[in-house]
Amino acid sequence: MSTSALLVAVLVLGVGTYAFRLAGPLLGDRVTLSPRVEEFVALATVVLLVALVTATAVFESKEFAGYARPAGVAVGGVLALRKAPFVVVVVAAAATAAGLRLLGVP
Amino acid sequence: MWRTLDRSVARDIGLVCLADALVGASFGAITVGADLPLWLPTLLSVVVFAGAAQFMFVGLVAAGGNPVAAVAASLLINARHVPFGFTVGDLVGRGWRRLVGSHLMIDESVAFALAQRDPVQRRAAYWACGLSLMVCWNIGVLVGAIGGTAISDTDDFGLDAAFPAVLLALVLPSLRTPAVRRAAVVGAVVALVTTPFLPAGMPVLLGLVGAVVGLRSRGSSPEPERAPV
Repeated sequence: MSTSALLVAVLVLGVGTYAFRLAGPLLGDRVTLSPRVEEFVALATVVLLVALVTATAVFESKEFAGYARPAGVAVGGVLALRKAPFVVVVVAAAATAAGLRLLGVP
Repeated sequence: MWRTLDRSVARDIGLVCLADALVGASFGAITVGADLPLWLPTLLSVVVFAGAAQFMFVGLVAAGGNPVAAVAASLLINARHVPFGFTVGDLVGRGWRRLVGSHLMIDESVAFALAQRDPVQRRAAYWACGLSLMVCWNIGVLVGAIGGTAISDTDDFGLDAAFPAVLLALVLPSLRTPAVRRAAVVGAVVALVTTPFLPAGMPVLLGLVGAVVGLRSRGSSPEPERAPV
């Protein structure tokens, strides 16, 4: 790909992403959402984040990510449920995945 | 903002920053290692500022893919920012704040905001996380792109498990009511089942079906407790 084509592609991606990001704050300010729609929007963010966590915990693009990653996320999740400090949750998730890989678990 | 921010939240953001910088360094090193120009990872990290989409874009370009396809695939991954924006719109503010604050909208800043109960803390967490990650991510990418990195694979450190765990820990307190939990489970299952078959980004968006189900299953009687943010 030529330098100029690559540059244009990056800028289009940047502008498009920025438009996605700006849409909510801009539109949300102009239109009054009904309580029901507002409730949906609040719920939507929680659901999107949980869907994102699940998909990235189990898959690497479209392939199964192996056992170490979901195991690490699960350990982190259990610790978070037990109200462990955030640092403990994150470090335990990483250490579990790294440790399992060291033991040869994919 | 920094003074308002709870100390423990600031520390948590710092930890995510550190992990993000490491992933950024590997992103920079991978991109330059694929014979792509030095400016590419740096410019992407400033103007796109979304890890998953950046990795997708560079992967497709490095594989000799068509630029239009690379842009389309990466935009699809970033489409989730539209619904995010409706939730964090009031945290972003107006005028120039809106123009800057919108660009700081990433999974982590949204999740950190969501995890705070107090509106002032919510705004502080959103901005502090967004700004800190903007700085750390870009420094990481630059260092990796210029110097290469000793870390060839951040998976060796389990960082691929750390990021979902970060978001999970932040979103858990929002799963208080059965209706929200039901919606989240449906969304997660939909995303899980469709990921092998659909283009990246779409399965997570389809997870929104869960939010529709969650709202319906609640019936028309309004609950006294609203979902957070």
